[in-house]
Amino acid sequence: MTASVTSGFRFRVTFISWWLVWIAIQAMVISSYGNTITQSMVDSVLCNWLLAACCMLIINNMKYYLPQKERYWYVLIMSVVLSTIWLLIVKFLLKLIFQTDRQYLIFLDLSIYIRFVIGFLMIGCMAIMSLLWYTLQEQQEAERRKEQAEQMTKDAELLKLRQQLQPHFLFNSLNSISALAGSQPEKARHMIQQLSDFLRGTLKRDEQQSVSLEDELHHLQLYLDIEKVRFGSRLQTDIQVAEEVKNMLVPSLLLQPIVENAIKFGLYDTTGDVMITLHAIQQDQHLAVTITNPFDEETAVSTQGTGFGLASIQRRLYLLFARHDLLKTSKTATIFTTTLLIPQYRYESNNH
Amino acid sequence: MKVIIIDDEALARSMVKEYLAAYPDLEIVQECNDGFEGIKAIQQHQPDLIFLDIQMPKINGFEMLELIEHPPAVIFTTAFEEYAIKAFESHAIDYLLKPFSKERFDKAIQKWQQQNQTERKTNAQKLLNTTALNPTQQNRVVLKDNGKIKIIATTHILYLEAADDYVRIHTAEGIFLKNKTMGYFEETLEPQNFIRIHRSYIINVQLITRIEPYEKESHLAILSIGVKLPVSKSGYVKLKQVLGI
Repeated sequence: MTASVTSGFRFRVTFISWWLVWIAIQAMVISSYGNTITQSMVDSVLCNWLLAACCMLIINNMKYYLPQKERYWYVLIMSVVLSTIWLLIVKFLLKLIFQTDRQYLIFLDLSIYIRFVIGFLMIGCMAIMSLLWYTLQEQQEAERRKEQAEQMTKDAELLKLRQQLQPHFLFNSLNSISALAGSQPEKARHMIQQLSDFLRGTLKRDEQQSVSLEDELHHLQLYLDIEKVRFGSRLQTDIQVAEEVKNMLVPSLLLQPIVENAIKFGLYDTTGDVMITLHAIQQDQHLAVTITNPFDEETAVSTQGTGFGLASIQRRLYLLFARHDLLKTSKTATIFTTTLLIPQYRYESNNH
Repeated sequence: MKVIIIDDEALARSMVKEYLAAYPDLEIVQECNDGFEGIKAIQQHQPDLIFLDIQMPKINGFEMLELIEHPPAVIFTTAFEEYAIKAFESHAIDYLLKPFSKERFDKAIQKWQQQNQTERKTNAQKLLNTTALNPTQQNRVVLKDNGKIKIIATTHILYLEAADDYVRIHTAEGIFLKNKTMGYFEETLEPQNFIRIHRSYIINVQLITRIEPYEKESHLAILSIGVKLPVSKSGYVKLKQVLGI
Protein backbone atom coordinates (compact mmCIF):
# COMPACT_ATOMS: atom_id res chain seq x y z
CA MET A 1 0.00 0.00 0.00
CA THR A 2 1.40 3.40 -0.90
CA ALA A 3 1.63 6.00 1.83
CA SER A 4 -1.02 8.69 1.61
CA VAL A 5 0.12 12.17 0.81
CA THR A 6 -2.24 13.47 3.52
CA SER A 7 -1.05 11.23 6.31
CA GLY A 8 1.96 13.20 7.53
CA PHE A 9 1.73 15.77 10.32
CA ARG A 10 3.84 18.19 8.33
CA PHE A 11 1.49 17.95 5.41
CA ARG A 12 -1.51 18.86 7.57
CA VAL A 13 0.24 21.87 9.08
CA THR A 14 1.35 23.10 5.68
CA PHE A 15 -2.05 22.46 4.15
CA ILE A 16 -3.94 24.36 6.86
CA SER A 17 -1.46 27.27 6.95
CA TRP A 18 -1.64 27.56 3.19
CA TRP A 19 -5.40 27.90 3.25
CA LEU A 20 -5.32 30.39 6.17
CA VAL A 21 -2.88 32.58 4.24
CA TRP A 22 -4.96 32.24 1.12
CA ILE A 23 -8.16 33.15 3.04
CA ALA A 24 -6.44 36.28 4.31
CA ILE A 25 -5.22 37.27 0.84
CA GLN A 26 -8.61 36.72 -0.76
CA ALA A 27 -10.37 38.65 2.00
CA MET A 28 -8.02 41.57 1.46
CA VAL A 29 -8.56 41.51 -2.30
CA ILE A 30 -12.35 41.38 -1.92
CA SER A 31 -12.40 44.22 0.61
CA SER A 32 -10.26 46.32 -1.71
CA TYR A 33 -13.20 46.28 -4.16
CA GLY A 34 -15.27 48.18 -1.62
CA ASN A 35 -16.94 45.29 0.21
CA THR A 36 -17.22 45.30 3.99
CA ILE A 37 -14.86 43.34 6.22
CA THR A 38 -17.62 40.91 7.21
CA GLN A 39 -18.59 40.30 3.60
CA SER A 40 -14.95 39.75 2.61
CA MET A 41 -14.30 37.35 5.46
CA VAL A 42 -17.49 35.33 4.96
CA ASP A 43 -16.90 35.15 1.20
CA SER A 44 -13.22 34.17 1.54
CA VAL A 45 -13.74 31.59 4.31
CA LEU A 46 -16.65 29.94 2.52
CA CYS A 47 -14.89 29.91 -0.86
CA ASN A 48 -11.62 28.55 0.38
CA TRP A 49 -13.03 26.11 2.87
CA LEU A 50 -15.00 24.48 0.06
CA LEU A 51 -12.01 24.67 -2.25
CA ALA A 52 -9.83 22.98 0.35
CA ALA A 53 -12.47 20.27 0.68
CA CYS A 54 -12.40 19.77 -3.10
CA CYS A 55 -8.61 19.49 -3.01
CA MET A 56 -8.76 16.86 -0.26
CA LEU A 57 -11.34 15.06 -2.33
CA ILE A 58 -9.12 14.89 -5.38
CA ILE A 59 -6.06 13.86 -3.36
CA ASN A 60 -7.96 10.99 -1.79
CA ASN A 61 -9.49 10.07 -5.10
CA MET A 62 -5.99 9.75 -6.60
CA LYS A 63 -4.92 7.59 -3.70
CA TYR A 64 -7.45 4.91 -4.57
CA TYR A 65 -7.65 5.37 -8.27
CA LEU A 66 -4.53 6.27 -10.18
CA PRO A 67 -5.35 6.49 -13.90
CA GLN A 68 -2.80 4.60 -15.98
CA LYS A 69 -3.67 5.77 -19.47
CA GLU A 70 -4.56 9.31 -20.47
CA ARG A 71 -3.88 10.43 -16.94
CA TYR A 72 -3.49 14.10 -17.90
CA TRP A 73 -6.89 14.20 -19.56
CA TYR A 74 -8.31 12.66 -16.46
CA VAL A 75 -6.75 15.39 -14.30
CA LEU A 76 -8.01 18.12 -16.62
CA ILE A 77 -11.57 16.84 -16.75
CA MET A 78 -11.69 16.17 -13.01
CA SER A 79 -10.43 19.68 -12.32
CA VAL A 80 -12.98 21.30 -14.66
CA VAL A 81 -15.88 19.29 -13.24
CA LEU A 82 -14.87 19.78 -9.61
CA SER A 83 -14.22 23.50 -9.97
CA THR A 84 -17.57 23.97 -11.76
CA ILE A 85 -19.46 22.19 -9.02
CA TRP A 86 -17.51 24.12 -6.42
CA LEU A 87 -18.32 27.43 -8.10
CA LEU A 88 -22.04 26.64 -8.34
CA ILE A 89 -22.22 25.77 -4.64
CA VAL A 90 -20.24 28.85 -3.61
CA LYS A 91 -22.40 31.10 -5.76
CA PHE A 92 -25.60 29.56 -4.41
CA LEU A 93 -24.53 29.86 -0.79
CA LEU A 94 -23.19 33.43 -1.13
CA LYS A 95 -26.38 34.53 -2.88
CA LEU A 96 -28.39 32.96 -0.09
CA ILE A 97 -26.37 34.73 2.62
CA PHE A 98 -26.20 38.14 0.98
CA GLN A 99 -29.46 38.10 -0.94
CA THR A 100 -30.36 41.66 0.16
CA ASP A 101 -27.05 43.28 -0.73
CA ARG A 102 -27.37 44.33 -4.33
CA GLN A 103 -23.89 45.82 -4.65
CA TYR A 104 -22.24 42.59 -3.40
CA LEU A 105 -24.31 40.48 -5.76
CA ILE A 106 -23.08 42.56 -8.71
CA PHE A 107 -19.52 42.08 -7.47
CA LEU A 108 -20.16 38.35 -7.20
CA ASP A 109 -21.41 38.12 -10.76
CA LEU A 110 -18.46 40.16 -12.05
CA SER A 111 -15.89 38.06 -10.20
CA ILE A 112 -17.36 34.71 -11.21
CA TYR A 113 -14.84 34.04 -14.00
CA ILE A 114 -11.79 34.93 -11.99
CA ARG A 115 -13.14 32.75 -9.19
CA PHE A 116 -13.49 29.84 -11.60
CA VAL A 117 -9.96 30.31 -12.88
CA ILE A 118 -8.54 30.40 -9.36
CA GLY A 119 -10.53 27.35 -8.30
CA PHE A 120 -9.56 25.44 -11.44
CA LEU A 121 -5.89 26.25 -10.98
CA MET A 122 -5.91 25.25 -7.32
CA ILE A 123 -7.67 21.94 -7.92
CA GLY A 124 -5.65 21.30 -11.04
CA CYS A 125 -2.33 21.91 -9.28
CA MET A 126 -3.35 19.73 -6.39
CA ALA A 127 -4.41 16.96 -8.77
CA ILE A 128 -1.13 17.11 -10.69
CA MET A 129 0.86 17.16 -7.49
CA SER A 130 -0.87 14.14 -6.06
CA LEU A 131 -0.66 12.37 -9.40
CA LEU A 132 3.09 12.83 -9.42
CA TRP A 133 3.37 11.91 -5.76
CA TYR A 134 1.48 8.67 -6.11
CA THR A 135 3.19 7.74 -9.35
CA LEU A 136 6.53 8.23 -7.68
CA GLN A 137 5.40 6.14 -4.74
CA GLU A 138 4.26 3.40 -7.05
CA GLN A 139 7.54 3.42 -8.92
CA GLN A 140 9.54 3.31 -5.71
CA GLU A 141 7.44 0.40 -4.54
CA ALA A 142 8.02 -1.45 -7.80
CA GLU A 143 11.72 -0.70 -7.56
CA ARG A 144 11.83 -2.03 -4.01
CA ARG A 145 10.04 -5.20 -5.03
CA LYS A 146 12.42 -5.70 -7.92
CA GLU A 147 15.42 -5.16 -5.67
CA GLN A 148 14.02 -7.61 -3.17
CA ALA A 149 13.45 -10.22 -5.84
CA GLU A 150 16.96 -9.70 -7.18
CA GLN A 151 18.43 -9.96 -3.73
CA MET A 152 16.58 -13.21 -3.17
CA THR A 153 17.81 -14.80 -6.40
CA LYS A 154 21.27 -13.54 -5.62
CA ASP A 155 21.19 -15.05 -2.14
CA ALA A 156 19.90 -18.34 -3.50
CA GLU A 157 22.59 -18.44 -6.14
CA LEU A 158 25.28 -17.57 -3.63
CA LEU A 159 24.08 -20.31 -1.34
CA LYS A 160 24.18 -22.79 -4.17
CA LEU A 161 27.66 -21.71 -5.17
CA ARG A 162 28.88 -22.04 -1.59
CA GLN A 163 27.41 -25.48 -1.24
CA GLN A 164 29.32 -27.05 -4.07
CA LEU A 165 30.96 -29.67 -1.99
CA GLN A 166 32.55 -32.24 -4.25
CA PRO A 167 30.90 -35.63 -3.75
CA HIS A 168 34.06 -37.26 -5.14
CA PHE A 169 36.01 -35.85 -2.25
CA LEU A 170 33.52 -37.18 0.23
CA PHE A 171 33.33 -40.68 -1.20
CA ASN A 172 37.06 -41.01 -1.69
CA SER A 173 37.59 -39.89 1.91
CA LEU A 174 35.09 -42.45 3.12
CA ASN A 175 36.94 -45.05 1.09
CA SER A 176 40.20 -44.10 2.78
CA ILE A 177 38.52 -44.40 6.15
CA SER A 178 37.18 -47.80 5.14
CA ALA A 179 40.70 -48.90 4.20
CA LEU A 180 42.16 -47.58 7.47
CA ALA A 181 39.44 -49.19 9.55
CA GLY A 182 40.84 -52.65 8.82
CA SER A 183 44.53 -52.04 9.36
CA GLN A 184 44.81 -48.88 11.47
CA PRO A 185 41.55 -48.26 13.34
CA GLU A 186 43.07 -45.42 15.39
CA LYS A 187 43.90 -43.51 12.24
CA ALA A 188 40.47 -44.25 10.83
CA ARG A 189 38.89 -42.76 13.91
CA HIS A 190 41.09 -39.70 13.63
CA MET A 191 40.13 -39.21 10.00
CA ILE A 192 36.43 -39.53 10.80
CA GLN A 193 37.02 -36.77 13.33
CA GLN A 194 38.67 -34.56 10.73
CA LEU A 195 36.00 -35.21 8.16
CA SER A 196 33.24 -34.45 10.67
CA ASP A 197 34.91 -31.19 11.68
CA PHE A 198 35.25 -30.24 8.06
CA LEU A 199 31.63 -31.07 7.20
CA ARG A 200 30.37 -29.29 10.30
CA GLY A 201 32.38 -26.24 9.33
CA THR A 202 30.94 -26.36 5.83
CA LEU A 203 27.38 -26.57 7.11
CA LYS A 204 27.93 -23.76 9.60
CA ARG A 205 29.47 -21.55 6.98
CA ASP A 206 26.48 -21.92 4.72
CA GLU A 207 24.71 -19.43 6.93
CA GLN A 208 27.50 -16.90 6.94
CA GLN A 209 28.47 -14.48 4.25
CA SER A 210 31.96 -13.71 5.44
CA VAL A 211 34.50 -14.92 7.96
CA SER A 212 37.98 -13.88 9.02
CA LEU A 213 40.86 -15.21 6.96
CA GLU A 214 42.16 -17.02 10.01
CA ASP A 215 38.87 -18.93 10.38
CA GLU A 216 38.77 -19.75 6.72
CA LEU A 217 42.35 -21.02 6.80
CA HIS A 218 41.54 -23.22 9.77
CA HIS A 219 38.72 -24.75 7.76
CA LEU A 220 41.03 -25.12 4.79
CA GLN A 221 43.59 -26.89 6.95
CA LEU A 222 41.02 -29.53 7.90
CA TYR A 223 40.41 -30.12 4.24
CA LEU A 224 44.13 -30.34 3.47
CA ASP A 225 44.73 -32.78 6.32
CA ILE A 226 42.13 -35.12 4.87
CA GLU A 227 43.58 -34.84 1.38
CA LYS A 228 47.01 -35.59 2.79
CA VAL A 229 45.75 -38.83 4.27
CA ARG A 230 44.37 -39.73 0.85
CA PHE A 231 47.39 -38.82 -1.23
CA GLY A 232 50.15 -39.36 1.30
CA SER A 233 53.48 -37.66 0.72
CA ARG A 234 52.58 -36.85 -2.87
CA LEU A 235 50.69 -33.81 -1.64
CA GLN A 236 52.62 -31.04 0.08
CA THR A 237 51.47 -27.60 1.08
CA ASP A 238 53.10 -24.31 1.96
CA ILE A 239 50.84 -21.70 3.54
CA GLN A 240 52.22 -18.26 4.35
CA VAL A 241 49.99 -15.59 5.76
CA ALA A 242 51.11 -12.12 6.78
CA GLU A 243 50.18 -11.24 10.36
CA GLU A 244 48.23 -8.10 9.40
CA VAL A 245 45.82 -9.90 7.09
CA LYS A 246 44.70 -12.62 9.51
CA ASN A 247 41.71 -10.61 10.64
CA MET A 248 40.69 -9.51 7.17
CA LEU A 249 37.35 -10.79 5.94
CA VAL A 250 36.82 -13.26 3.15
CA PRO A 251 33.57 -14.64 1.72
CA SER A 252 33.07 -17.95 3.48
CA LEU A 253 34.01 -21.17 1.69
CA LEU A 254 35.77 -19.29 -1.08
CA LEU A 255 39.36 -20.42 -0.59
CA GLN A 256 38.66 -24.12 -0.19
CA PRO A 257 37.19 -24.65 -3.69
CA ILE A 258 40.12 -22.75 -5.22
CA VAL A 259 42.61 -24.91 -3.35
CA GLU A 260 40.55 -27.97 -4.25
CA ASN A 261 40.79 -26.94 -7.87
CA ALA A 262 44.55 -26.42 -7.54
CA ILE A 263 44.98 -29.82 -5.92
CA LYS A 264 42.83 -31.51 -8.55
CA PHE A 265 44.83 -30.10 -11.43
CA GLY A 266 48.09 -30.56 -9.61
CA LEU A 267 47.39 -34.18 -8.85
CA TYR A 268 45.82 -35.13 -12.14
CA ASP A 269 48.04 -33.16 -14.48
CA THR A 270 51.36 -34.35 -13.15
CA THR A 271 52.66 -37.66 -11.87
CA GLY A 272 55.26 -36.45 -9.38
CA ASP A 273 54.99 -34.78 -6.01
CA VAL A 274 52.56 -31.88 -5.86
CA MET A 275 53.39 -28.69 -3.98
CA ILE A 276 50.46 -26.36 -3.40
CA THR A 277 51.33 -22.90 -2.08
CA LEU A 278 49.06 -20.27 -0.61
CA HIS A 279 50.33 -16.78 0.19
CA ALA A 280 48.19 -14.03 1.62
CA ILE A 281 49.26 -10.40 1.83
CA GLN A 282 47.69 -6.96 2.04
CA GLN A 283 47.50 -4.95 -1.16
CA ASP A 284 46.04 -1.45 -0.71
CA GLN A 285 42.46 -2.02 0.36
CA HIS A 286 42.50 -5.63 -0.73
CA LEU A 287 43.46 -8.95 0.66
CA ALA A 288 45.57 -10.66 -2.00
CA VAL A 289 45.74 -14.43 -1.99
CA THR A 290 48.00 -16.28 -4.40
CA ILE A 291 47.63 -20.00 -4.90
CA THR A 292 49.93 -22.04 -7.09
CA ASN A 293 49.94 -25.62 -8.27
CA PRO A 294 52.24 -27.54 -10.60
CA PHE A 295 50.91 -28.40 -14.01
CA ASP A 296 52.11 -29.61 -17.35
CA GLU A 297 51.57 -27.20 -20.19
CA GLU A 298 51.65 -29.91 -22.80
CA THR A 299 48.93 -32.11 -21.44
CA ALA A 300 46.87 -29.66 -19.44
CA VAL A 301 43.85 -29.71 -21.67
CA SER A 302 41.50 -29.56 -18.75
CA THR A 303 42.93 -26.34 -17.37
CA GLN A 304 42.26 -24.36 -20.51
CA GLY A 305 40.08 -21.42 -19.65
CA THR A 306 39.34 -21.07 -15.99
CA GLY A 307 37.61 -24.41 -15.62
CA PHE A 308 34.32 -24.98 -13.89
CA GLY A 309 35.68 -24.71 -10.37
CA LEU A 310 37.01 -21.24 -10.97
CA ALA A 311 34.07 -20.09 -13.08
CA SER A 312 31.76 -20.50 -10.11
CA ILE A 313 34.23 -18.62 -7.89
CA GLN A 314 34.28 -15.81 -10.42
CA ARG A 315 30.51 -15.70 -10.45
CA ARG A 316 30.41 -15.54 -6.65
CA LEU A 317 32.89 -12.71 -6.54
CA TYR A 318 30.87 -10.83 -9.10
CA LEU A 319 27.65 -11.26 -7.14
CA LEU A 320 29.35 -10.06 -3.98
CA PHE A 321 31.44 -7.20 -5.30
CA ALA A 322 30.10 -6.47 -8.79
CA ARG A 323 33.61 -6.78 -10.21
CA HIS A 324 35.03 -9.12 -12.80
CA ASP A 325 38.69 -8.41 -12.13
CA LEU A 326 39.11 -10.12 -8.76
CA LEU A 327 40.16 -13.57 -9.93
CA LYS A 328 43.10 -13.96 -12.26
CA THR A 329 45.02 -16.93 -13.48
CA SER A 330 48.39 -17.16 -15.12
CA LYS A 331 50.70 -19.97 -16.06
CA THR A 332 54.27 -20.74 -16.81
CA ALA A 333 55.42 -24.03 -18.28
CA THR A 334 55.14 -25.82 -14.96
CA ILE A 335 53.24 -23.60 -12.50
CA PHE A 336 49.61 -22.55 -12.59
CA THR A 337 48.86 -19.48 -10.47
CA THR A 338 45.49 -18.29 -9.25
CA THR A 339 45.41 -14.79 -7.80
CA LEU A 340 42.48 -13.63 -5.79
CA LEU A 341 41.76 -10.09 -4.62
CA ILE A 342 39.19 -9.58 -1.90
CA PRO A 343 38.13 -5.96 -1.41
CA GLN A 344 37.91 -5.00 2.24
CA TYR A 345 35.96 -1.77 1.86
CA ARG A 346 32.69 -3.37 0.84
CA TYR A 347 32.25 -5.22 4.06
CA GLU A 348 31.66 -2.10 6.08
CA SER A 349 28.49 -1.22 4.22
CA ASN A 350 27.48 -4.46 2.61
CA ASN A 351 27.82 -6.98 5.37
CA HIS A 352 24.31 -8.10 6.21
CA MET B 1 45.87 -65.89 -11.84
CA LYS B 2 47.60 -62.56 -12.06
CA VAL B 3 46.05 -59.34 -10.78
CA ILE B 4 47.17 -55.70 -11.07
CA ILE B 5 45.72 -52.86 -9.00
CA ILE B 6 45.85 -49.40 -10.56
CA ASP B 7 44.83 -46.51 -8.31
CA ASP B 8 46.55 -43.27 -7.37
CA GLU B 9 45.54 -43.53 -3.73
CA ALA B 10 47.60 -45.94 -1.66
CA LEU B 11 44.81 -46.47 0.86
CA ALA B 12 42.38 -47.36 -1.91
CA ARG B 13 44.85 -49.96 -3.18
CA SER B 14 45.35 -51.40 0.28
CA MET B 15 41.60 -51.82 0.53
CA VAL B 16 41.50 -54.00 -2.61
CA LYS B 17 44.60 -55.83 -1.42
CA GLU B 18 42.97 -56.61 1.89
CA TYR B 19 39.83 -57.99 0.23
CA LEU B 20 41.93 -60.01 -2.22
CA ALA B 21 43.71 -61.78 0.64
CA ALA B 22 40.68 -64.08 0.80
CA TYR B 23 41.55 -65.41 -2.69
CA PRO B 24 44.87 -67.27 -2.49
CA ASP B 25 44.81 -68.19 -6.18
CA LEU B 26 44.77 -64.52 -7.17
CA GLU B 27 48.25 -63.11 -7.06
CA ILE B 28 48.85 -59.37 -7.03
CA VAL B 29 51.80 -58.99 -9.37
CA GLN B 30 52.00 -55.21 -9.19
CA GLU B 31 50.38 -52.09 -7.81
CA CYS B 32 50.42 -48.95 -9.96
CA ASN B 33 50.08 -45.26 -9.09
CA ASP B 34 48.89 -44.09 -12.48
CA GLY B 35 47.97 -45.08 -16.01
CA PHE B 36 51.52 -44.93 -17.36
CA GLU B 37 52.73 -47.43 -14.81
CA GLY B 38 49.58 -49.39 -15.52
CA ILE B 39 50.30 -49.72 -19.23
CA LYS B 40 53.85 -50.91 -18.60
CA ALA B 41 52.78 -53.36 -15.93
CA ILE B 42 50.02 -54.82 -18.09
CA GLN B 43 52.37 -55.30 -21.03
CA GLN B 44 54.97 -56.88 -18.80
CA HIS B 45 52.76 -59.20 -16.77
CA GLN B 46 49.75 -59.84 -19.04
CA PRO B 47 47.41 -60.03 -16.04
CA ASP B 48 44.09 -61.86 -16.02
CA LEU B 49 42.29 -59.17 -14.11
CA ILE B 50 42.89 -55.53 -13.25
CA PHE B 51 41.29 -53.26 -10.70
CA LEU B 52 41.19 -49.83 -12.25
CA ASP B 53 40.45 -46.39 -10.82
CA ILE B 54 39.04 -43.85 -13.28
CA GLN B 55 40.29 -40.48 -12.08
CA MET B 56 44.08 -40.69 -12.11
CA PRO B 57 47.04 -38.44 -12.95
CA LYS B 58 47.59 -37.48 -16.60
CA ILE B 59 45.46 -40.09 -18.26
CA ASN B 60 42.31 -41.54 -16.78
CA GLY B 61 41.42 -45.19 -16.55
CA PHE B 62 39.47 -45.27 -19.81
CA GLU B 63 42.22 -43.57 -21.74
CA MET B 64 44.70 -46.05 -20.35
CA LEU B 65 42.56 -48.96 -21.52
CA GLU B 66 42.38 -47.51 -25.02
CA LEU B 67 46.16 -47.61 -25.26
CA ILE B 68 46.39 -51.32 -24.54
CA GLU B 69 46.09 -53.70 -27.45
CA HIS B 70 44.50 -56.65 -25.69
CA PRO B 71 43.02 -55.28 -22.51
CA PRO B 72 42.52 -57.73 -19.65
CA ALA B 73 39.26 -58.11 -17.72
CA VAL B 74 38.52 -54.93 -15.82
CA ILE B 75 36.79 -54.20 -12.55
CA PHE B 76 36.46 -50.47 -12.05
CA THR B 77 36.90 -49.07 -8.57
CA THR B 78 35.77 -45.49 -8.49
CA ALA B 79 33.92 -42.76 -6.64
CA PHE B 80 32.56 -41.57 -9.99
CA GLU B 81 28.86 -42.01 -10.21
CA GLU B 82 28.14 -39.98 -13.30
CA TYR B 83 25.75 -40.92 -16.05
CA ALA B 84 28.45 -42.42 -18.21
CA ILE B 85 29.11 -45.16 -15.72
CA LYS B 86 25.82 -46.84 -16.67
CA ALA B 87 27.17 -47.51 -20.11
CA PHE B 88 30.14 -49.43 -18.77
CA GLU B 89 28.03 -51.39 -16.41
CA SER B 90 27.16 -54.00 -18.98
CA HIS B 91 30.61 -54.41 -20.46
CA ALA B 92 33.07 -54.10 -17.62
CA ILE B 93 33.08 -57.15 -15.42
CA ASP B 94 31.78 -54.85 -12.74
CA TYR B 95 32.30 -51.48 -11.24
CA LEU B 96 32.67 -50.93 -7.55
CA LEU B 97 31.56 -47.62 -6.13
CA LYS B 98 33.90 -46.45 -3.41
CA PRO B 99 33.63 -47.17 -0.60
CA PHE B 100 32.50 -50.73 -1.26
CA SER B 101 31.93 -53.67 1.09
CA LYS B 102 33.61 -57.05 1.10
CA GLU B 103 30.31 -58.64 0.01
CA ARG B 104 30.09 -56.34 -2.99
CA PHE B 105 33.72 -57.08 -3.82
CA ASP B 106 33.13 -60.84 -3.62
CA LYS B 107 30.18 -60.50 -5.98
CA ALA B 108 32.38 -58.75 -8.52
CA ILE B 109 35.01 -61.49 -8.31
CA GLN B 110 32.29 -64.13 -8.73
CA LYS B 111 30.99 -62.37 -11.82
CA TRP B 112 34.46 -62.40 -13.28
CA GLN B 113 34.99 -66.09 -12.49
CA GLN B 114 31.71 -66.98 -14.18
CA GLN B 115 32.53 -65.29 -17.46
CA ASN B 116 34.26 -67.49 -20.00
CA GLN B 117 37.19 -66.56 -22.16
CA THR B 118 35.26 -65.49 -25.29
CA GLU B 119 32.77 -63.45 -23.30
CA ARG B 120 35.64 -61.61 -21.70
CA LYS B 121 37.14 -60.71 -25.02
CA THR B 122 33.99 -59.38 -26.62
CA ASN B 123 33.10 -57.49 -23.47
CA ALA B 124 36.51 -55.85 -23.34
CA GLN B 125 36.02 -54.69 -26.92
CA LYS B 126 32.54 -53.36 -26.22
CA LEU B 127 33.88 -51.61 -23.17
CA LEU B 128 36.43 -49.78 -25.24
CA ASN B 129 33.75 -48.58 -27.60
CA THR B 130 31.66 -47.15 -24.80
CA THR B 131 34.46 -45.47 -22.89
CA ALA B 132 34.19 -42.63 -25.36
CA LEU B 133 31.03 -41.54 -23.60
CA ASN B 134 33.22 -40.39 -20.76
CA PRO B 135 32.93 -36.58 -20.79
CA THR B 136 36.63 -35.80 -20.34
CA GLN B 137 37.38 -37.48 -23.61
CA GLN B 138 35.34 -35.01 -25.57
CA ASN B 139 38.06 -32.41 -25.25
CA ARG B 140 41.18 -34.50 -25.71
CA VAL B 141 42.53 -37.49 -27.56
CA VAL B 142 45.10 -39.81 -26.02
CA LEU B 143 47.25 -41.94 -28.27
CA LYS B 144 50.60 -43.66 -28.56
CA ASP B 145 53.23 -42.03 -30.73
CA ASN B 146 56.46 -43.99 -31.12
CA GLY B 147 55.92 -45.71 -27.81
CA LYS B 148 55.25 -42.40 -26.04
CA ILE B 149 51.89 -41.34 -24.81
CA LYS B 150 50.58 -38.21 -26.46
CA ILE B 151 47.63 -36.12 -25.27
CA ILE B 152 46.10 -33.83 -27.89
CA ALA B 153 43.56 -31.16 -27.01
CA THR B 154 40.71 -31.34 -29.51
CA THR B 155 41.10 -27.60 -30.07
CA HIS B 156 44.52 -28.38 -31.58
CA ILE B 157 43.07 -30.78 -34.12
CA LEU B 158 42.94 -29.38 -37.65
CA TYR B 159 41.15 -32.27 -39.28
CA LEU B 160 40.86 -36.05 -39.24
CA GLU B 161 41.45 -38.30 -42.18
CA ALA B 162 40.40 -41.92 -42.61
CA ALA B 163 43.29 -44.35 -43.21
CA ASP B 164 42.20 -47.99 -43.34
CA ASP B 165 41.85 -49.24 -39.76
CA TYR B 166 43.28 -46.02 -38.41
CA VAL B 167 42.40 -42.36 -38.30
CA ARG B 168 45.05 -39.78 -39.13
CA ILE B 169 44.86 -36.83 -36.77
CA HIS B 170 46.27 -33.71 -38.40
CA THR B 171 47.58 -31.08 -35.97
CA ALA B 172 49.94 -28.13 -36.30
CA GLU B 173 52.58 -30.32 -34.61
CA GLY B 174 52.26 -33.13 -37.08
CA ILE B 175 50.17 -36.14 -37.97
CA PHE B 176 49.23 -38.79 -35.40
CA LEU B 177 47.56 -42.15 -35.84
CA LYS B 178 44.86 -43.61 -33.66
CA ASN B 179 43.34 -47.05 -34.12
CA LYS B 180 39.72 -45.98 -34.08
CA THR B 181 37.07 -45.56 -36.72
CA MET B 182 35.80 -42.30 -38.22
CA GLY B 183 32.42 -43.17 -36.67
CA TYR B 184 34.00 -43.23 -33.24
CA PHE B 185 35.32 -39.69 -33.63
CA GLU B 186 32.16 -38.46 -35.27
CA GLU B 187 30.31 -39.59 -32.15
CA THR B 188 32.72 -38.39 -29.48
CA LEU B 189 34.07 -35.04 -30.67
CA GLU B 190 31.94 -32.01 -29.84
CA PRO B 191 29.39 -31.87 -32.65
CA GLN B 192 29.36 -28.07 -32.79
CA ASN B 193 33.10 -27.98 -33.56
CA PHE B 194 33.73 -31.11 -35.59
CA ILE B 195 31.75 -32.06 -38.68
CA ARG B 196 32.13 -35.08 -40.88
CA ILE B 197 32.15 -33.35 -44.23
CA HIS B 198 33.05 -36.43 -46.23
CA ARG B 199 33.32 -40.18 -45.81
CA SER B 200 37.05 -39.72 -45.17
CA TYR B 201 37.19 -36.36 -43.44
CA ILE B 202 36.13 -34.77 -40.16
CA ILE B 203 36.94 -31.09 -40.00
CA ASN B 204 37.43 -28.53 -37.23
CA VAL B 205 34.83 -25.96 -38.30
CA GLN B 206 36.61 -23.13 -36.49
CA LEU B 207 39.33 -23.27 -39.14
CA ILE B 208 37.17 -23.00 -42.25
CA THR B 209 37.84 -19.80 -44.14
CA ARG B 210 35.91 -20.47 -47.32
CA ILE B 211 33.67 -23.00 -49.02
CA GLU B 212 33.86 -23.19 -52.80
CA PRO B 213 31.67 -25.10 -55.24
CA TYR B 214 33.56 -27.91 -56.93
CA GLU B 215 32.31 -30.09 -59.76
CA LYS B 216 28.68 -31.23 -59.95
CA GLU B 217 27.17 -31.29 -56.49
CA SER B 218 30.24 -31.26 -54.30
CA HIS B 219 32.18 -28.48 -52.61
CA LEU B 220 35.64 -27.74 -51.31
CA ALA B 221 36.30 -26.48 -47.79
CA ILE B 222 39.39 -24.32 -47.49
CA LEU B 223 41.09 -24.20 -44.10
CA SER B 224 43.05 -21.26 -42.71
CA ILE B 225 46.22 -23.34 -43.01
CA GLY B 226 45.68 -23.58 -46.76
CA VAL B 227 44.47 -27.17 -46.94
CA LYS B 228 41.57 -27.92 -49.29
CA LEU B 229 39.24 -30.77 -48.37
CA PRO B 230 36.36 -32.28 -50.34
CA VAL B 231 32.84 -31.79 -49.00
CA SER B 232 30.21 -34.36 -49.97
CA LYS B 233 26.59 -33.51 -50.62
CA SER B 234 25.41 -34.67 -47.19
CA GLY B 235 28.48 -33.12 -45.57
CA TYR B 236 27.56 -29.79 -47.10
CA VAL B 237 24.08 -29.98 -45.57
CA LYS B 238 25.57 -30.64 -42.10
CA LEU B 239 28.10 -27.88 -42.56
CA LYS B 240 25.44 -25.39 -43.53
CA GLN B 241 23.47 -26.28 -40.42
CA VAL B 242 26.36 -25.76 -38.03
CA LEU B 243 27.62 -22.58 -39.68
CA GLY B 244 24.09 -21.23 -39.92
CA ILE B 245 24.20 -20.43 -43.64
